[in-house]
Amino acid sequence: MPSRSALLHALTAGEARQAAVVRRRKRLLALAFVLPLLLFILLSFVVPIGSMLWRSLYHPAVAEMIPHTLVELRQWDGQGLPGEPALQRFVEELYALNRERQSGRLAEEFNRAYAGMSSVVKSTARRLGRLDEPALATEGVATLLDSHANWRKPELWRAIERAGRVYTYDYYLTALDLEVDAEQGLRVRQDTQIYLQLYAKTLKLALVITLLCALLGYPLAYYLASLPEHRANLLLVLVLLPFWTSLLVRTTAWIALLQTNGVINTLLTGSGLLDQPLEMLYTSFATVVAMTHILLPFMILPLYSVMRGIDPSYLRAALSLGARPLPAFARIYFPMTLPGLSAGTLLVFIISVGYYITPALVGGTDGQMISNIIAFHMQRSNNWELAAALGSLLLALILLLYWLYDRLVGAGNIRLG
Amino acid sequence: MASTPAYYGFWHHLGRLLLRLGAWLVLLFLILPILVIVPLSFNVEPFFSFTEGMLTLQPEAYSLRWYEQVFSDPRWRLAIRNSFIIGLFATALATVLGTCAALGLARADMPMRRLITALLLSPMIVPLIITAAGMFFFYSSLGLAGTHLGVILAHAALGTPFVVITVTAALTGFDYSLARAALGLGATPWRMFFDIIVPLIRPGVISGALFAFITSFDEVVVILFLAGPQQRTIPRQMFSGLREQINPSILAIATLLILFSIALLVTIELLRRRAARLRLAPAD
Amino acid sequence: MARPPKHLPHLLLAVALAAGSGAALAQESLTVVSWGGAYGAAQKKHVIDPYQKETGVRVLFEDYTGGVAEIKAQVESGNIQWDVVDFEVIDLERACSEGLLEDIPRDILPPGVDGTPAAQDFIPEALASECAVGNIVWSVVFAYNERTIGGAKPASLEDFFDTAKIPGKRALRKRPQVNLEWALMADGVAPEDVYEVLATAEGQQRAFDKLNSIRNDLVWFDSWSQAPQLLNDGGAVLVQSANGRFYDAIRQENKPFVIVWDGHVYDLDAWAIVKGSPKKELALKFIAYATGSKPLAGMPDVAYGPTRKSSMPLADQSATPHLPTAHLDQGIQAGSEFWADYGESLGEKFNEWLLR
Repeated sequence: MPSRSALLHALTAGEARQAAVVRRRKRLLALAFVLPLLLFILLSFVVPIGSMLWRSLYHPAVAEMIPHTLVELRQWDGQGLPGEPALQRFVEELYALNRERQSGRLAEEFNRAYAGMSSVVKSTARRLGRLDEPALATEGVATLLDSHANWRKPELWRAIERAGRVYTYDYYLTALDLEVDAEQGLRVRQDTQIYLQLYAKTLKLALVITLLCALLGYPLAYYLASLPEHRANLLLVLVLLPFWTSLLVRTTAWIALLQTNGVINTLLTGSGLLDQPLEMLYTSFATVVAMTHILLPFMILPLYSVMRGIDPSYLRAALSLGARPLPAFARIYFPMTLPGLSAGTLLVFIISVGYYITPALVGGTDGQMISNIIAFHMQRSNNWELAAALGSLLLALILLLYWLYDRLVGAGNIRLG
Repeated sequence: MASTPAYYGFWHHLGRLLLRLGAWLVLLFLILPILVIVPLSFNVEPFFSFTEGMLTLQPEAYSLRWYEQVFSDPRWRLAIRNSFIIGLFATALATVLGTCAALGLARADMPMRRLITALLLSPMIVPLIITAAGMFFFYSSLGLAGTHLGVILAHAALGTPFVVITVTAALTGFDYSLARAALGLGATPWRMFFDIIVPLIRPGVISGALFAFITSFDEVVVILFLAGPQQRTIPRQMFSGLREQINPSILAIATLLILFSIALLVTIELLRRRAARLRLAPAD
Repeated sequence: MARPPKHLPHLLLAVALAAGSGAALAQESLTVVSWGGAYGAAQKKHVIDPYQKETGVRVLFEDYTGGVAEIKAQVESGNIQWDVVDFEVIDLERACSEGLLEDIPRDILPPGVDGTPAAQDFIPEALASECAVGNIVWSVVFAYNERTIGGAKPASLEDFFDTAKIPGKRALRKRPQVNLEWALMADGVAPEDVYEVLATAEGQQRAFDKLNSIRNDLVWFDSWSQAPQLLNDGGAVLVQSANGRFYDAIRQENKPFVIVWDGHVYDLDAWAIVKGSPKKELALKFIAYATGSKPLAGMPDVAYGPTRKSSMPLADQSATPHLPTAHLDQGIQAGSEFWADYGESLGEKFNEWLLR
């Protein structure tokens, strides 16, 4: 085919323009087919996720609740106690919040910025609530400083000033177990470090699950690929049935099997192999076993389709030429299966890193993964901003893996069933 | 294998035997946990394990009580109905949008194909917990959370990638000169579409629709965040059952779901064979 | 030739189904959330079903597992799914002080069947919060199973924490409430001082240390309904739950469970309305009905004390010795105000402790 520019030279200017118009029309037509779904995905999926992740950076709650206090605090040099006007503004705003039953929200926000503040804010708000308006102007500040020693700590007020910033990256610090200390230096969080450990554990569990899937899936796929096609198709049904069976059904099955009084324990104790039932359910062991079971078909199917396409005569030729079976397998057959193996491995790894349901149901406390802590902050601790920050990090990790998958396998080449 | 070449020695046979053994063990690992549910669902006792009576096959150890419970409990009935309503509507929406998009993506002059494909497939890749959290806030602000419509839209979004993939797969290798020939011979674009494109993509559309349906039918994370009590589905009901009060009516519904997935599997398999036949003999 | 799509019939069916569900939605409905299990069954029998029958309102009776988080998420996201919630008062003050609940005017409450005005008929604790109306008195206790307990039997909270005397797993509900109180009492803090001690950093440390001492023997559950099951199938030898759950298992299913009342933490449950519920008026009517003398008289079926004095004569008298009110001297009242203040920070500490 001649290059486009060469073609254009051969045409008159008018014809070229017309060709360009036709081309643009064709492109628009193609786009018109895609547009409804594109808009739908953008509006129902991309925008919702984007706006949720935005929460991790934009958090105006404190600024909306105590705006005047924050204005005053901005005048303060950060040394010693803030001045009388700042404290007075704060007393008034806390008093007003208490009357609208909103002091609890402030308490929650302060608690995130300064551990243990929730009860201090609430009890102080209650004490202030007992004053009437005129007394608030005269005794308010004294009552505040009296209610708890924390109100006299400059670091608390620095934390409040920080929490009042509308744009913040603090939730990412928390999500990475970091904090900013008094000298404005970044350091590893002192009291508790949980999230990095949890990310490490999630990656470790995902890796174990992926390895198990590869170890179990590879021989099976190899065996199936070596069978005549009709027999392989018959056995493939046994792989496809779990694939098509509801995730909750499979999780239920593992609960029934692994329970203290479940099928496996009954068999083991009943046959006299054990005298004490094993604790298997609600452990990370349960998470690994159940997820391996659930994700195994995602490994087997791409492996099998690649192995089917490999001509067995290669290996046979090597063997007939005197190569020993294992080296021949390792040097000739295995490299040819790598596309299937990498597709399956990445797919299983990507899915398991973000998994929620199965760990939530069978994992107990030590089988929880990063998705579970995100759900926890969404539903239980209501720290949506931290959930968003943790979610952004998880999403970044997944997108990185997806990019890798796209490079190695091609996202458009995902095959189903 | 029928004839064994001479260079296959003892070790090779042993290896072959071990491979077969290993493969069958993995197959058992895949299938046994699912099969174990079926007899347990007939347990007369409210436990998740085999009783002595069951193992010695005494008829009084078995009963249909958990099936009766499922069908007499209004919550399960609501859940079953919701699962089908939401699944069907989400599938219809996902299938129409996904098929249309796949037709566009298959055109040679599609701009930014790689980016758009990645975007359209992203609902399959993003962890469900992130999707669910995002939808929770956004749909709440639009008043769509806790409505059937909201859940249907969410599930449709999750189902579209499968339709895009299967229909695109059905279109690969399609010779567009056929379409041009039809148009050249005077067929209207509609006629060309229904006579040439539709038969070609039909198996892809149907299996994509099945995938979209099963995605919705099996989905629970988005439901957990987005659905209200009126939109409880089967998986949602199972999830709270497993978390809060484990009783064998869950095993009964699980058994029914296994039967359902066998039916789906058979359908898919028949479709696959039909598609293979069509490809071998393109003249219809 | 162009054939009509094959799925048309299915689509039509779906539309018909949806239309049907739309018709069902048109009927007035109310979402009421409570605790399921034996308690939920008793409420269904004595409150929900008669109410539906009398008023024609369809009640969606949902389960939840306590805490304020779900309600908070609904209020703050503006996605109100629940109308009426059966709160444990230990969580109530927090929800009320955080503006998550509607006020409930007292004048909606009808007088007792014997004519006593509501203000005198209710025990004072039931009307203590302007956000709710108390309906039952219940208690957190622990129990053991005669079949699995072995030689030494527990008699006190100390025994619950004594794994040498009573080996085996202990099951607790996964939250700091009650568990920290128990830890302190088992560590020798006098019952009347528990909340005072728990308000100090040292006291909190002491409670967590005590829990830590049996950490490896603890099993956590999310909902009260799981508790009798754990005790029944041997998941744990000592199990915490609401007294009514054990009572029901003993009475209805003849389970060989024994309740230990030492150090029990008694509390009220109360009906409240989620802030911003679009069905507030209907919800108020429901609460007025649900806290009437007759519905409450059904609660002793599961060994919970009704909050109306006029209910007692109507109730099953055989349950009286099993009500928390018969054991008040052995226990303490749950600190609603304490947990309103400390619920958040101790909750956070507790979860970090769990993850450690």
